[in-house]
Amino acid sequence: MTNQILLSGFGGQGILFAGKFLAYDGLIEEREVSWLPSYGPEMRGGTCNCSVIFSDKKIGSPIVSNPDILIAMNLPSLDKFESAAVPGAKIFVDSSLIDRKVGRDDVEAYYIPATRIASDENLSGLANMIMIGHMIKKTGIMTFENVERAMKKLVPAKKQNLIELNIKAVELGYNY
Amino acid sequence: MAEKVLMKGNEALAEAAIMAGCRHYFGYPITPQTEVAAYMAKRMPLIGGTFLQAESEIAAINMVYGAAAAGKRAMTSSSSPGISLKSEGISYLAGCDLPALIVNVQRGGPGLGGIQPSQSDYFQATKGGGHGDFHLIVLAPASVQEMVNLTFKGFDLADKYRMPAMLLSDGTMGQMMEPVSLDVDEIKQYDKSSWACTGTKCEREHHIINSLIIDPDELEKYNFERFERYAKIEAEEAMHDEYRMEDAEICIVAYGVAARVSQNAIDKAREQGIKVGMIRPITLWPFPKAALNAAADKVKTFISVELSMGQMIEDIELATRCKKPVLLCNRVGGMIPTTEDILNSIAKANSVGGDK
Repeated sequence: MTNQILLSGFGGQGILFAGKFLAYDGLIEEREVSWLPSYGPEMRGGTCNCSVIFSDKKIGSPIVSNPDILIAMNLPSLDKFESAAVPGAKIFVDSSLIDRKVGRDDVEAYYIPATRIASDENLSGLANMIMIGHMIKKTGIMTFENVERAMKKLVPAKKQNLIELNIKAVELGYNY
Repeated sequence: MAEKVLMKGNEALAEAAIMAGCRHYFGYPITPQTEVAAYMAKRMPLIGGTFLQAESEIAAINMVYGAAAAGKRAMTSSSSPGISLKSEGISYLAGCDLPALIVNVQRGGPGLGGIQPSQSDYFQATKGGGHGDFHLIVLAPASVQEMVNLTFKGFDLADKYRMPAMLLSDGTMGQMMEPVSLDVDEIKQYDKSSWACTGTKCEREHHIINSLIIDPDELEKYNFERFERYAKIEAEEAMHDEYRMEDAEICIVAYGVAARVSQNAIDKAREQGIKVGMIRPITLWPFPKAALNAAADKVKTFISVELSMGQMIEDIELATRCKKPVLLCNRVGGMIPTTEDILNSIAKANSVGGDK
C-alpha cells in the first residue's frame, strides 16, 4: 500500500509543516516515508508544494507527480495539480480561498472552508492543520490517536504551547 | 538499534560528519546546501568544534587544507558554482595527500545555473576537478540514510588513503526528509603522527605539507606513487547496489535521485513483463567497472539515466568496453526524468533489441 500525497498552496500557509506532520505519523508507524519540499524561488511568497509518500515497501522516487491525495490551498495549486491526480484520487479544497469546484468526475472532491474556520476560531495560520484533520478523517491514512504523538515529535520543546492549538485545528477539520 | 529520526539529507550528513569526528567545518552559503552550514553553525559551538563561515568558497577550502594538514577531520560543503571555486584548493589537497571531505549538493549549471537538482558535475567530480593528475573518492548517496553512511565512509576512506573524498549529492537528496538511523560504525582511528603538522616541540624533524615539487624527477615519483594508491582503491573500494538484476535483459545505470526514479520505472516495466534491472553505482570513482562489465555479458542493452547531458554514459561505455549499446535517458537544468521518461527509454531499449 502506497500513498502519494501532494500538499500545495502559498508560501506561508504552512504547507511544509503540514507535510512534516504527516511524515512524523509515518515515522511513528514505522512505515517507509519520504518528505520533499519545493525549494525554488516559489517558496518565497509564491506557490509552494510538498510531496509526502507513505509506503510499506522501499520508496523509489520521492517526487509526487500523480497524487492520490491532493490538498489544494489556493487556486493556482488546484489549477496546476487537479489534472495530475490519479483517477479515484481524493482532492481536498480550501473552499474559502478557492471559489471553483473540482472539474473532474473521476475523483472525490472535499470542500472545507479551512481559512475561514481558522479565522473564526482564532486559529489564524492554522488552516493547514484544519485541512489535514479533514483529510485524515476522509482517507483514514492516519489514526486520530496518532495526532498528538506526531505533533509532540514535530513541535520543538520550546514551542510546546503551539501543540494544543495545532491539535485543536486538526480536531476542527476532523469533525467538520 | 537506535530509534529512527526524520531528518533532511543535508542535516543528516552534517550530523554524520560530527559523529565521524569532524570538528572543523568551513563553509559558505549557497542553495541547495545551506542547511549543512546552518546545522554546523548550531552544533559545532556546543561540542567544542569550529564552525566558520568564510569570506568565500576559496577561503573555506583553504581552511580545510590547514585543518587537514594538522591531522584533523575537516570538511566543507557547497553546491556546483561554489565547488568550481574550490577546485584549486581541492587540487592542492590532492597534491599534498591530505584527507578531507568535500560535499557537493549539485544544482543545474553551467555558470550560476539554477538552484534545482542536477548531476551535471559528474565529470568535474570523477575526473579530478582541478588541475593535475588526481582523483577524488566520489560517493553518491541515494537516500538520507546513505547521506549518513557515506559521509562516514568518506571520512574513513579519505584517512585510509590520505586523499580528499567527495560526497556527490543533489538538491533532492539534500532537501528531502526520510527516517534515518544514526547508528553508524565505530570510528576507525588512523595514525597521522608521521605527517601531520602538530608542532615539533623541538623533539622531531619538521613535517612539511607542500605540493610544490620543483624537481621533475621527484614530482614524477610522487605522481606514480599516488596512482599506485589509486589502483589499489580501484581494485578494492568500488561499491554498487543491484536492483532486480537476476534475470534482467536491460540494465539501467543510475545514481542518486535518478536511481530513485528509475526504481519506480523498473517496477512498472516489470509489471508489463519487461525484464529490466538496475546497477546503481555508490562510488562514482572508483567506478564499479567489474560489475558493469560482468553485466554486459548478460544483458542486451544499458540505459544511463542521469541529470546531465550524458557524462556517466562515457564511463559505462568504457567499463563495458562498448560490448552492448548504452542509451541515454536524461533531463537537465534542474529537471528530473519522470517515471514515464524512463519507461519510454526502457520500451525503446526493449523494442530495438540492442540497436542504438
